[in-house]
Amino acid sequence: MSANLTFPKGGVHPPELKGLTEKLAIEVMPLPDELELILGQHIGAPCTPTVKRRDEVSEGALVAEVTKGLGVPLHAPAAGSIKALGSSAHPLRVSAPSITIKTNPEAAPATWEVQEDWRQSTPEELLKKVHDAGIIGIGGAGFPTHVKLKPPADSPVDTLLLNGAECEPYITADHRTMLEKAEEVVEGGKILLKILGIKTCVIGIENNKPDAITAMSSAVAAATEAGFDIRVVALEVKYPQGSEKQLIQAITGRKVPSLALPSAVGVVVHNVSTTRAVRDAVVLSKPLIEKVITVSGRGINRPANLLVKVGTKVSDIVEFCGGVKPDLARIVLGGPMMGFAVSTLDIPVTKTTSSVLFLTEDEIDSRELSNCIRCGWCLEACPMGLEPKEIGIYVEAGRPEDTAQFGVFDCFECGSCAYVCPAKRPLVQFVRLAKMKAKR
Amino acid sequence: MDPELLKLALGGLVVLGCIGLFFGIGLALAAHKFAVESNPLIEEVLESLPLANCGGCGYPGCEGYAIEVVTNPDVPPNLCFPGKEAVAEKVAALTGKKMTAVEDTIAVTRCSRVEGKVKQKHKYIGFSTCTAANLGYGGPVSCPYACVGLGECAAACPFGAIEMVDDFPVIDPDKCVSCGVCVKTCPKKIIEIQTMKARVWVPCSTKDAGKAVMGVCEVGCIGCKMCVKVCPANAVAYQGNLVIIDHAACIAYGPSCGEACVEKCPRDIFRHYQGREVVARAADTGLKMAG
Repeated sequence: MSANLTFPKGGVHPPELKGLTEKLAIEVMPLPDELELILGQHIGAPCTPTVKRRDEVSEGALVAEVTKGLGVPLHAPAAGSIKALGSSAHPLRVSAPSITIKTNPEAAPATWEVQEDWRQSTPEELLKKVHDAGIIGIGGAGFPTHVKLKPPADSPVDTLLLNGAECEPYITADHRTMLEKAEEVVEGGKILLKILGIKTCVIGIENNKPDAITAMSSAVAAATEAGFDIRVVALEVKYPQGSEKQLIQAITGRKVPSLALPSAVGVVVHNVSTTRAVRDAVVLSKPLIEKVITVSGRGINRPANLLVKVGTKVSDIVEFCGGVKPDLARIVLGGPMMGFAVSTLDIPVTKTTSSVLFLTEDEIDSRELSNCIRCGWCLEACPMGLEPKEIGIYVEAGRPEDTAQFGVFDCFECGSCAYVCPAKRPLVQFVRLAKMKAKR
Repeated sequence: MDPELLKLALGGLVVLGCIGLFFGIGLALAAHKFAVESNPLIEEVLESLPLANCGGCGYPGCEGYAIEVVTNPDVPPNLCFPGKEAVAEKVAALTGKKMTAVEDTIAVTRCSRVEGKVKQKHKYIGFSTCTAANLGYGGPVSCPYACVGLGECAAACPFGAIEMVDDFPVIDPDKCVSCGVCVKTCPKKIIEIQTMKARVWVPCSTKDAGKAVMGVCEVGCIGCKMCVKVCPANAVAYQGNLVIIDHAACIAYGPSCGEACVEKCPRDIFRHYQGREVVARAADTGLKMAG
């Protein structure tokens, strides 16, 4: 293990607040009555349903497939019947087309067994399995995994990074996965290495999770094998350590050029939970139908790390976690830095949901914004070296189309600037408005 | 006066005068050599335009339109909304293009949030424009198609024709020239340009199914299609869960239908268009209305 690595520029230190759930083992949530499967789980065009109303489906059966653009198919998370092809609440798009499945509590849960030795398969066969299992980057971005595993021919990849930074406050889903399923993550890493045809894999974990670092290190040591060079590194606790470009710079020292993909510097990054899903897809032929999420915040009676079916509604999770407290002020899907506040409980968990936070008034900041005082704190906090204050000022002045000069498209909306802003300016919101109007 | 000083003063005048003359001739030659050819017709057309630079014609300001209408034979002379018929006639005469009819149009808001008691889903805190509020889970209003009410259209209107009353835009028909700036600004796309002569309109733009509308709004269109069935002129269509009125067919049929659509609408959302009263009022004051 080497010294604590980090990215060179910017970053912030929000309170970690992981204590609410980091010691809690992953619980399996009982099957809810209804699952709402949003068709556009990944980045790109939504899937097209292959089922009709009243169709019976079994657990893991294909229910929607890709008809255009990038994407991965969708599978039924549980046995049941198709109740409706309608629309569901969506954290970003407000409402999105979905499939509602009425689950069958009588049906025996599917069993997933080790089928064959993946070492005998070719990389192409493994890649097809990853695609067919519907695997996308479940850390949050939702980029189809099989696309990232096929880097363009002109930029050969030499290093695979597994992202276990989990730098967002509150969230402990990846932490618990690394702790409880370390061997599976390491096996998934080996499968990814085989698909990419490379040897080197580095697992980066922020050092506020020493138990996860120990667990992963011993799993790596126990699975030592010729042809696979896997190691674990500790990262400094600093937000946004888990951002793709920041992680690459922290671990390899390589700087991804503006607007380029990590493959431009010979690196591919996958989240540890995605890696585990890849392992399940290849070893067990199990599609991505469930995921570990963190339910946390002081506004929920019983914080937990839950293994839920994709499509489980937040209202069912609230019920399972003992309801909300009366001083609940805000519900956030995702982390407090990059997540989205929602105003309904009828919203389903997608493959990219990593947490549901129930925050009370003292955990949020609802002060009104004021004018920019040009203190420059946002410049210091920005990990991409941008000038968030200028983007905000331009948007307020009605000139969002002129913000490309401030590198607005390099911003990945980590929220560090808005976090430090003493004037409480919604700088990420300004950036989103600017991106709508500015031209690349 | 001291002759020495006088000599100095005269000498200074002569030297400065020579320098001035030299640069003057230089500038005159440069102006002649590098003269920019300008089309006097463009200047003339530009002078006849209202110079409001509203962008309603689709070109960057009045000068942009003047250049296009003179140089491009496909650009019609009647695109200036604020200028209406008078300007269109002038531009047509100057450019020698065929004058086509200018329809008198006005912007209308296809939403009745104020009277519909649309539910609020959350309180919005942040940058106070509709587009910004719309980013946060579709804005604070429960109906995803309803007016957000933060007045971005009123701020954008170059003619000051929109006033926010109870957080809802009210369009002043006397000031509105239907330039379309508000249509482009509104993030919910609830503002439409409609003919002044329209007899009826539907101030709701929901695309949700009836049940969802009933849950959030008291006057929203529930898509019962009664209006489509009763219209004898087949002027009402229901496309993509939205009522679309063919105003030309409606006006051509005339009042003999007794406005069955307005009578039958169970939600009272099919209405007589008050624009007619506007026209009547304008006629009283002697203001010339087109058509």
